[in-house]
Amino acid sequence: MIKNKHVAVIGGGIAGMETASVLSNQGLKVTLIEKQPVTGGKLNDWDQLFPDFSSSETLVTRQNSKTSHSGVNVVYNTEINRIEKINGRFELSDERDVKIFADAVVVASGFRVFDATLKEEYGYGLFGNVITSVDFERQMKKYGKLLTAQGTEPKRVAIIHCVGSRDAKVGNTYCSKVCCITGIKQAIEINQKLPDCEVFCFYMDLRLYGSKFDTLYLTAQKQHKIQFIRGRLSEAAEKPDKSLQIKAEDTLQGRPLRMNVDMIILLVGMEPGPSNSRLIQNNKMALDENGFLKSANIHDARNCTTQEGIFMAGTAICPMPVNETLENARSAATEVIHFFENKKNDGRF
Amino acid sequence: MDDFSYLKLASRQIDFDNFDDRLLMYVLEYEPSFLTCISCGGCTATCSAGNLTNFNVRKIGLWLRRGETGKLSEEIEKCMFCGKCTLVCPRDINIRNVILLIKKRISMLKTENEKASWKI
Amino acid sequence: MENLIILPFTVGLIYLLGILGYRFVKWIRGLSKLDKLRLVQSFKSRRILSSAKEVFFEGLLHRKIFLKNPVLGYMHMSLAFGWFLLIVVGHIETMVARHSLVIPFHLPVFFRFFETGKTFAGAGIFSLLMDFLLLFVLSGVSLAMLKRFKKQLFGMKKTTRLKTGDRIALTSLWLIFPLRLAAESMSANLYRNGSFLTSTLGSFMGNSGSETANLSLWTVYSLALGFFFVALPNSRYMHIPTEILLIFVRNAGIKLKKRNNTYTDIQVYSCSRCGLCLDNCQLAAAGINNTQSVYILKNIRNNNLSDEQLFNCLLCGKCQVDCPVGINTIDLRITQRIESTLQYNSSYSYLENLPAQKASTVYFAGCMTHLTPGIIASMKTLFQMAGENVWFMDEEKAPCCGRPLMLAGQHDAASKLIANNTRKITGSGAKTLVVSCPICYKVFKEDYELGNVEVVFHAEYILRLINEKIITLNSSSKRIVYHDPCELGRGVGMFEQPREVLRAAGKVVPVKKEKQKAYCCGGSLGNLKITQEERAVLRNQAVDDYLQYLPDVLATACPMCKKTFARHKGIKVLDIAEIVVNAIPKPKIPEPAEEKIPEEYPEEALV
Repeated sequence: MIKNKHVAVIGGGIAGMETASVLSNQGLKVTLIEKQPVTGGKLNDWDQLFPDFSSSETLVTRQNSKTSHSGVNVVYNTEINRIEKINGRFELSDERDVKIFADAVVVASGFRVFDATLKEEYGYGLFGNVITSVDFERQMKKYGKLLTAQGTEPKRVAIIHCVGSRDAKVGNTYCSKVCCITGIKQAIEINQKLPDCEVFCFYMDLRLYGSKFDTLYLTAQKQHKIQFIRGRLSEAAEKPDKSLQIKAEDTLQGRPLRMNVDMIILLVGMEPGPSNSRLIQNNKMALDENGFLKSANIHDARNCTTQEGIFMAGTAICPMPVNETLENARSAATEVIHFFENKKNDGRF
Repeated sequence: MDDFSYLKLASRQIDFDNFDDRLLMYVLEYEPSFLTCISCGGCTATCSAGNLTNFNVRKIGLWLRRGETGKLSEEIEKCMFCGKCTLVCPRDINIRNVILLIKKRISMLKTENEKASWKI
Repeated sequence: MENLIILPFTVGLIYLLGILGYRFVKWIRGLSKLDKLRLVQSFKSRRILSSAKEVFFEGLLHRKIFLKNPVLGYMHMSLAFGWFLLIVVGHIETMVARHSLVIPFHLPVFFRFFETGKTFAGAGIFSLLMDFLLLFVLSGVSLAMLKRFKKQLFGMKKTTRLKTGDRIALTSLWLIFPLRLAAESMSANLYRNGSFLTSTLGSFMGNSGSETANLSLWTVYSLALGFFFVALPNSRYMHIPTEILLIFVRNAGIKLKKRNNTYTDIQVYSCSRCGLCLDNCQLAAAGINNTQSVYILKNIRNNNLSDEQLFNCLLCGKCQVDCPVGINTIDLRITQRIESTLQYNSSYSYLENLPAQKASTVYFAGCMTHLTPGIIASMKTLFQMAGENVWFMDEEKAPCCGRPLMLAGQHDAASKLIANNTRKITGSGAKTLVVSCPICYKVFKEDYELGNVEVVFHAEYILRLINEKIITLNSSSKRIVYHDPCELGRGVGMFEQPREVLRAAGKVVPVKKEKQKAYCCGGSLGNLKITQEERAVLRNQAVDDYLQYLPDVLATACPMCKKTFARHKGIKVLDIAEIVVNAIPKPKIPEPAEEKIPEEYPEEALV
């Protein structure tokens, strides 16, 4: 009887909340374990979602409400760093030795934002007017528009793609998928609130994988006069008036380009979550070559880890946007139920 | 003006079936990482020589891959070997070695050409 | 008939002396006029005594090897010093026996064969001494054999791979002393002219002793000697005579040139292939095993040096520190690189003569520092606080300092960059040139001619500011591990100034592998062939070592090291200038120049 089974979901972001509520509505006992004092994860600090500029806060509120109505038991301020299989059950513990026992585990511990101070040549952490896309969302939530570190409205902003992704020099050679479209969305937002502000996007490639995304690209060019320059930023230097001088190459022109901008926004990528390496230690889970959690089968068993009984959902697996995360979370719930019903795995792994 | 006739110079169009790949083959033998270049332009942007004159590292790579050996031999002289390009390349290509190999191969070809002309 | 046994030995010796004489004369004649003068001068001065002393302490006693590993040192010393003493004492013994200062050259070598029955004054003491010395040498030979198979016992991780020529010489050398033992024992058996060692062994030979056997043994011994002498000039053992010449030539003040001349040959032939340079070479950790100094020297000798080997060296200087013979491995390698790239030195005619800005101090950040702007920001703050009238020479654009070009062998090309930069620096009328990159510092100090302009490394500059109380730092108990950059430490010999600066800001934790023994970060501009993965191995080796000292911050004085270590992600890396600025009490930083340099970047709530 699956109704007596207990599932532990690690991570109270939208993925964890979705899996937890689906499973709870199916009648299972679910405990959702979140390390912060509130659920919602990264989306708590986000302003508007691509491609339709809908509110992140509204979505998170819906998730929170869904979770509380489904009867999930939420545990706050607890960060699980150890999962061990003992006598057929899983024992989850944190550093204070709080122990939770479960018959199956879903890891939805999410991702870590790339630390842009590693790209020292871009000046993040050194120059006040160099911010990341994450900082931008915070600013938008707080002030409703982009402001320089001095509090003025910028006249020219450069958005830099692929910061911390596709870069062997910081150890991440993979693409973070969602940053290019985020950059275009943020460019449009800047111009919506500050019509006199010029925005330039410096890219290596434009990866707009979604069906609605090219429309946004067209809108960006037509309505907001966003300019796209193919060239990788090499350095940024601060001028005495705190504006920034950037050096890039306009590869389509074939010549180096020098430009003075008021602000730089770095589109930082998604990195594997900080707890991944600890979580895999006492069980058969493994990391893939990028440091994210490894799937048993990347095509039709993406939610299954290499440890039977432990599943995963959301960006713990790989970079993905909000809609994919939620679908992925529901799929994880299905895997858990099949696991309890002893369904065969059809040779997937 | 040097005589570059020992390098077969290209026409207006890139004739992919017929270009002079002697430089490219030599470089790939000793620096296979060069295969992964995506022409992002980071190297050119940071280049010390590119800051002072019309030198474009990314183009050197492109010309190498398309057999534009004539243009290459002139441009390659401008590199100061400072190493910044290698330090910023997101594909971990050892660009400094590529330049060294190109210079070496060109001087080898020049010597071969001179030796060949002595036999005449 | 009997005297024929000395034939192999004699022929070998004449051949050897002939070759040595020819080579030495060729080498000395090949030196420049000035160098020849220096050599002659040194013989007239006290330097000849220090050379003789070095020959004794290094050539015979192998003091440097003892310091590395006592057993290894004993092994080399027993062979060298032991054989030397055997020859000397043997000559004295023969002179006493024959009551004459002039003796046939072969007699001491075959003394026990020829001296069959006569006893002379002190014969017993001499034979005791000779037996003891023979035992001494044999202990070394057995250790040498053991080392070939069990090198770890000698503290060595690697031994040199040997060619056939070396193997022949090695075998004959190893045979000489056991054969001498056998021959002398046989003679002791027959003529009772042995001592504790030879007599005892001789008695074991018992009835098999005969004149024929004795003759055969001594003949084989002579052959072994002859073989060794003939094999010596083309083997690693050429180092024995050459090392002596090298010591005298080096102490005369003669230096390696930018092009190969006979001094290169003297250094090359002095290499004993002992393998000590292999031991500490970090490239081995990355799986690179054919580019170390010993192999380069061998390839120079055999004229088959490839670019792939030549340019695959970090130029970190560790092998030069370890070489017991004192070969200038770094300068030698650079000279070979110059020879290899002679054909393609550029002319840099595009360099413009831009006007210099007038200032009392010039700051040259350097190419690498532009990729670590934290250092530039800190230097700007410090200059402001010192009220320095500074021209930031390469803020917008300037040629590279020229050293990376030199490391790649293109010296002539580098001179164009040097000329251009020199014009600007002297044109500015400045008294001081401050640099924050050790690569630049080395070239400005050694290869630029800047007249009255003082070249100051930023660590020295900051130390001045601290000592003159222009800036005062809040000391803290922060644990700082300082990494000695190769170019600054082994390259220029500056170890203390950066540490003194850091001590004013925190607690400098001493580590085992520091100063001359410090790691190379792997960033090296000297290595043009190494891949990024291989560099990562070196970087991780260094960082993993530092991490065991539990540092709060890893301090460097080089932008290349900083950039390389920052990629490790497990440790916080800061330049000494940044650490200093962080330690300055906040109100003192003047408003207009305030660059926000946070000590710790505020952790984002999202992470």
